[in-house]
Amino acid sequence: MAEADESQGIPAPEGDTQLIDTDYEIGQDNVEGSLGPIGFDIHNPVFMVSALAVMAFVFYALALPQQASEIFGALRPWLTSTFDWFFLSSADFFVLFCLFLIVSPWGKVRLGGKDATADYSYIGWFAMLFAAGMGIGLMFFGVLEPVYHMAISSPLGTPSPFDADGNIIPANVERAKAMGLAATIYHWGLHPWAIYAVVALALGLFSYNKGLPLTIRSAFYPIFGERIWGWTGHVIDILAVFATLFGLATSLGFGAQQANAGLNHVFGVPIDITVQVILITVITGIALFSVLRGLDGGVKLLSEINMGIAALLLLFVLFAGPTLVIFSDFGKGLLAYAQEIIPLSNPIGRTDDSYRDGWTAFYWAWWISWSPFVGMFIARVSRGRTVREFITCVLIIPSLVCVLWMAVFGGVAIDQVLSDPATSAVKAQVIDSYNPPLSLFAMLEGLPLSSITSVIAIVLVIVFFVTSSDSGSLVIDTITAGGKVDAPVPQRVFWATFEGAVAIVLLVGGGLSALQAMVISTGLPFTLVLLLMCWAIIKGLRAEPR
Amino acid sequence: MFNEIMVPVDLRHVANLTKTLTIAADLAHKYGARITYVGVTGSEPSAIAHSPEEYSQKLAQFAASEAAAHGLNTRDHMIVAHDPAVDLNHKLADAVQELHADLVVMATHLPNVADYVWASHGGHLATHSKASVFLVRD
Repeated sequence: MAEADESQGIPAPEGDTQLIDTDYEIGQDNVEGSLGPIGFDIHNPVFMVSALAVMAFVFYALALPQQASEIFGALRPWLTSTFDWFFLSSADFFVLFCLFLIVSPWGKVRLGGKDATADYSYIGWFAMLFAAGMGIGLMFFGVLEPVYHMAISSPLGTPSPFDADGNIIPANVERAKAMGLAATIYHWGLHPWAIYAVVALALGLFSYNKGLPLTIRSAFYPIFGERIWGWTGHVIDILAVFATLFGLATSLGFGAQQANAGLNHVFGVPIDITVQVILITVITGIALFSVLRGLDGGVKLLSEINMGIAALLLLFVLFAGPTLVIFSDFGKGLLAYAQEIIPLSNPIGRTDDSYRDGWTAFYWAWWISWSPFVGMFIARVSRGRTVREFITCVLIIPSLVCVLWMAVFGGVAIDQVLSDPATSAVKAQVIDSYNPPLSLFAMLEGLPLSSITSVIAIVLVIVFFVTSSDSGSLVIDTITAGGKVDAPVPQRVFWATFEGAVAIVLLVGGGLSALQAMVISTGLPFTLVLLLMCWAIIKGLRAEPR
Repeated sequence: MFNEIMVPVDLRHVANLTKTLTIAADLAHKYGARITYVGVTGSEPSAIAHSPEEYSQKLAQFAASEAAAHGLNTRDHMIVAHDPAVDLNHKLADAVQELHADLVVMATHLPNVADYVWASHGGHLATHSKASVFLVRD
């Protein structure tokens, strides 16, 4: 145990913590050198294996598109229907685990040592965790999901408010409305944020308090000991890079489609691959710029701009839509969420396959595959917070914001669908024909000033896209540099470009659905990783002075 | 001529800094100036230190050992950056002002093609600071 020992110059961090005593020096397995004039400093096995394996996957998806789409097309439903119980019960466990930590005496432990002070203000902190954590999903699913769950997916067997001919069945309306919102809030509320909180807490604890490098493997020190510096750790880190990169590229795919749909809707720009490739290139370019400007000058600034525009759009929809109805929907949705969260979380004995397998299990796998990225990012901006403060902020506040977002966007959309089904554009794009990227614009069309708000929405999609891409590149760079946060800048440029390239190549070659299947596939092993992490957190916290 | 000399140091590569440190010490003797060794770190654990506090102590130790070795009047100044790889340039420029340094002595690599895209830290400082900057090729 490395106690403060002035003569050796290895004191504790600020105040008391319990440093883990290891001979491993951060970056000792790194390869430093230069490629021509450009310097690099990378963790060789992790960097090389991740980069080559991703390339191999892309190559496969392009070389044998037929086979790849058949295999991966079947893989996703198979995984979500076979392991739905596993994803659902694991996510439930993470929520309970976080709630337990809030009330437990370990809540007092401070990340970075007893006397550490917070690096970022609350606003900057929230903006970044929000932009990284949910990003483009809010734009893509904000209208789509509430309407879909209300009318089509029948969560918990809730009957649709429409009969087979598209006529409203008044008796079903109230319940379907509440369930549409509750079932959406369930996917964006406590569960995803609990998943993020677990990863972020583990990383923050083992890095700031235990002195281990800021990389996923460090959280496993209490379980594997010194072995985490060998292949055990390499595998964990490589898995994290996969999950992050595939998760990001999936998100980039959604973003490109939605921005394209929006441009088509407003300006009549054709919907085709060329436009989407240009979009990805431009967006990756902005992300590169942001990455070069660093955490404060790029990522944080964009996140704050992002949050500002999103808040404006939210307020506009709130006030331009039926405000009072939205507020009452918000209340009803939240109430329904509180009432239904236990039945919705129930992993076994359910018959609502299209909702549970098609949506919940997919989301849980998606959030879990994003968790190394978002968790690491949250950890990086959370030094100086206590465990209690940390979990409360990461769990409760973003959940409430998501609830509000979904209630406003979904509430207005549901109201449009039910009050005037014959002319509702949302009904046409979501229920009558399934056109997800257009759902948001269809809702805005039903409100005043839609040509302006649609443009704002497109900008927002793009900025969300950029904030995911830049923070993702930072995270992948840190993991592939063995936890170093000061690796040469060209490495970030490499990863940001690489992400964009993967997204483009798969978009052109038609491999995006294969990519989504890959996200789910990496989510499965990573769920195990997360469960182990909870155990490691408890072991780590027990050793901390409170 | 000079009263406050600022010497940015990378504690990971002290062994490569001998030339720079010697030149700084010689100039300090000649002009009776004080040297401030400046180190930049992130709050995440690094190869040098587990935390900023540990880094600060190591930097202080380094400054003290230089003072003893060359018979100098030295200080040390730690900068904690959120994103050291990117923030380094302007944090150093800020430090010049904060420390009222009138001369900066720092090591820099030989110029190469990459400098057109990423200027060296020393090159950036020389462009953006009012103090005189003495770049020592390693």
